[in-house]
Amino acid sequence: MFDRRLLQNFDWILLCLLILISAASLTNLYSAGGTQIVVKQAYWYLIGFGLLMIMTTFDYHALERLAWHIYLFTIILLVLVMVIGVISKGGQRWLKLGFINIQPSELAKLSIVIILSRFFSTHGEYPDYRLRDLWQPFLLMLLPCLLIKMQPDLGSALILAIIAFSIILIMKVRWISLFILASTVIPAAFAVYYSMKEYQKKRIYTFFNPESDPLGAGYHIIQSKIAVGSGLLTGKGFLKGTQTRLHFLPEQHTDFAFSVWSEEWGFIGSSILLVLYILLVLRGISIAKNSKDKFGSTLAIGITAIIFWQMVINVGMTIGLFPVVGIPLVLFSYGGSSVLATMLGMGLLMNISIRRFMFQ
Amino acid sequence: MSSSGFDQISVEALNRRLFFVTIFVCIVFIVLVMRLWFLQGINGRSYKLKSENNRTHVQRIPSFRGLILDRNGKILVNNLPSFDLYISPEDTQDKERVFENLKTLINLDPNEVRTRLKKESKTNPYESVLVKKNLTREELVSIVTNSFNLPGVTAEPTHKRSYIYGDFAAHLIGYLGEINEKEIAGGQYPGSISGDYIGKFGVEGRLQNVLNGKSGGKKVEVDAEGRQLQVITKDKAVSGQSISLTIDKDLQALADTMLKDKTGAIVAMDPQNGEILAMASSPSFDPNAFVTGIDKSELKRLTSGTDSPFQNRAISGQYAPGSVFKIVMALAGLEEGVITPEDSIVCPGSYDFGNRTYHCWKEGGHGSVNLHRAIRESCDVYFYKLGRKLGIEKIAYYARMCGLGTKTGIELDSEKSGLIPNNEWKLKKYGVAWQPGETISASIGQSFDLVTPLQAARLISVIFNGGKVYQPKIVKWIGDEKNKSQSRPVLQGELKVKRSTLEIVKNGLIAVVNEAGGTGGRARVKQTVVAGKTGSAQVAGLDKKIKDNAWFVGIAPAENPKIAVAVIIEKGEHGGSAAGPLAGELIKQYLGFAEEEKTPVSQDTPESVEGD
Repeated sequence: MFDRRLLQNFDWILLCLLILISAASLTNLYSAGGTQIVVKQAYWYLIGFGLLMIMTTFDYHALERLAWHIYLFTIILLVLVMVIGVISKGGQRWLKLGFINIQPSELAKLSIVIILSRFFSTHGEYPDYRLRDLWQPFLLMLLPCLLIKMQPDLGSALILAIIAFSIILIMKVRWISLFILASTVIPAAFAVYYSMKEYQKKRIYTFFNPESDPLGAGYHIIQSKIAVGSGLLTGKGFLKGTQTRLHFLPEQHTDFAFSVWSEEWGFIGSSILLVLYILLVLRGISIAKNSKDKFGSTLAIGITAIIFWQMVINVGMTIGLFPVVGIPLVLFSYGGSSVLATMLGMGLLMNISIRRFMFQ
Repeated sequence: MSSSGFDQISVEALNRRLFFVTIFVCIVFIVLVMRLWFLQGINGRSYKLKSENNRTHVQRIPSFRGLILDRNGKILVNNLPSFDLYISPEDTQDKERVFENLKTLINLDPNEVRTRLKKESKTNPYESVLVKKNLTREELVSIVTNSFNLPGVTAEPTHKRSYIYGDFAAHLIGYLGEINEKEIAGGQYPGSISGDYIGKFGVEGRLQNVLNGKSGGKKVEVDAEGRQLQVITKDKAVSGQSISLTIDKDLQALADTMLKDKTGAIVAMDPQNGEILAMASSPSFDPNAFVTGIDKSELKRLTSGTDSPFQNRAISGQYAPGSVFKIVMALAGLEEGVITPEDSIVCPGSYDFGNRTYHCWKEGGHGSVNLHRAIRESCDVYFYKLGRKLGIEKIAYYARMCGLGTKTGIELDSEKSGLIPNNEWKLKKYGVAWQPGETISASIGQSFDLVTPLQAARLISVIFNGGKVYQPKIVKWIGDEKNKSQSRPVLQGELKVKRSTLEIVKNGLIAVVNEAGGTGGRARVKQTVVAGKTGSAQVAGLDKKIKDNAWFVGIAPAENPKIAVAVIIEKGEHGGSAAGPLAGELIKQYLGFAEEEKTPVSQDTPESVEGD
């Protein structure tokens, strides 16, 4: 059963990137959250890397067959979380499973990628899709999105939609279909804005004008920008970030972990971290390119999209390019479910990479 | 190949798309890095500054305001420890709840707090805002014990001004009031911020910069909840300098007491150097009322009342001098040679000029009167005639030489100059030439003549100190016991008159108090020779039914004068009875005869005359 080629083809670059990012994450969490948080997160990484290895042991094509099962399992978890989930921080997002709390929305990202990969691999040889060809992926995406939004976790629901749309776009949609899509999205956005509650509108307004309410709604953005900006070229030094140490920066070990890093390591440190992420993403694209079958390449694209968009939205938020949405920096912020789900994905990516020369 | 495999065209199509995806990913990466560069490179300095401001709070250390002492070093005004209440908006998340708690704990009106915070939030969103001064002991205890319910609320130690003797010399000492926006913008109070108290009146106001000192600052590191972690730098506050006034505490207290329930003013000064020994004005006020922040109705009562309690009548009350002015007349007459001490006139009780009759205060007249008797008994007709001979210009010349008609230059605001009229003034003011009839009224200190009690006290000083016109002084020294800068007498002018002239006038003024028939007998002090002059001045322009103002200017000991006193009692009618005894008492007190005996006038001395 064991094939020596698997070991020969092992993707060391991918593993190295993951180890480097994890190391940076642990370093940063020591500054942002202290020893206890670091130890916990280190355990998650250990389990995560273990999962990653396990995920390389089977042929990923098995997932194509299991796609529906996984999808349905995820939906069941999402429904369960609404019934018996743990309520915390204004949302019902966690399922208590003995010693750990898991966040089904993290799993949903992978599930949607798997089910969409199955859809596109079984539906023709890269035709230019028309809108009517896409009703099935839309529905597949919509169901978990709505369930997650009801938790409520708008940020994760949004990420899910963006990942799905990325896959659909790369699968090549007709230009005319894109145009129709865009022409409905823009008025819809306006409609959504006008149907928003006052506090939600305020949040958007605050994003564009944070100084209007320095101690209220604009506090997060302002403090994060101050933390990042005050890092200058080389940073204030490890454990010397005043914004972090004196708690001016909110949510330091979760949503604003990148700001902590930027404050202490400066422009150089931030750029290096971003380079690691971009290399990871480019590695994912390269794996998609080299995969010899459509399911594999779509899966790789989807998993890469998960990493890419979560990174862009989180970093964009901390440096004031996007409004504050509660999305942690993937692989960097503290959080077990996120680490495990991401490592599962990375394991699959590794799996695809290892099996790039194999044919069924 | 299964359905999920690739054909050649698909591979190319996918590669092309992934090429674009790669470009897109790179563009996004570049945008993120550029944004980082914008924050950390281009604007880094300003964010660095903001993070520095974030982590540090600058706290003011209030300076210790200088004390105010009397001439012998007795403390009149000092500072007591007290606590002010501050709210740091940055550290108060649920403001409304904190306001509610403050209302229940110390009955602080939430609306007032809200307006204070709103006013400050525009200029300084991160600074603590003063919401209440001078917490009582009970308030302080409830704030401290409930601090867990009051995030961002602190009670900061400070000093509050204490006027130990209440309304003692209130007009001279003045009071503190909260600085207003105009004063902050004006720039004459460097380092002062909203909520500070500054001297607004009297010595407190005039010598604000001496008394105030310089507030210090403490830069402390704080966390996001405003908890202080460590002191980074500290600038000590510089205490204000103390001021020793020239006033004598006991004399001032007596003067204040004398004026209770009366309207008027008392000035006592050292004739040899111009130092003010006492300065009282009534009605008065208690400066302590301003320390805690005075309420509006009380302020209105004080400022707009008809009896104007804020007016320092000793320096800004302008009164017709009445017969007190005869001192100037005698001086001018002798010096100009229009009279000699021996010349006599007959006083029939009135004097006709033009188509008007000018009455002497004594209905039957004084009969034959020379200068000595005219001064002693204050004969109006004698001075009418003298005035006619001198003319208004000469009268004005000598009056001004004695320091009347101009501000004395005392170190207090709102001093008035009084008025010594002449032809030029009349033309300028009314466009009409001076009328000879007006000279007659002016000769007994009526018509347009106005003097302040301070000028009156200096007038008699000048006669008895050999003609020296000193600037009145209220500050003896500035600094502290070890390092004081003494204030020196300032000679503003000298009477250019013959020694004999002064002697004659002095003898007349001694007679006023000490000889039979003198109008000022009730100012007599057994142990020393008091000299003086009474006056009863009509209130100009008002109807006759209003009682005259009672004047007395006195000085003692006549040979080597140590104290000059001017007393005016509004509507006191007769200077001899309403003002004279007060001057006598003050002189006795100051020269230390008060303890020896209580009866002011013994029976074997000549009777004094109730007169003008």
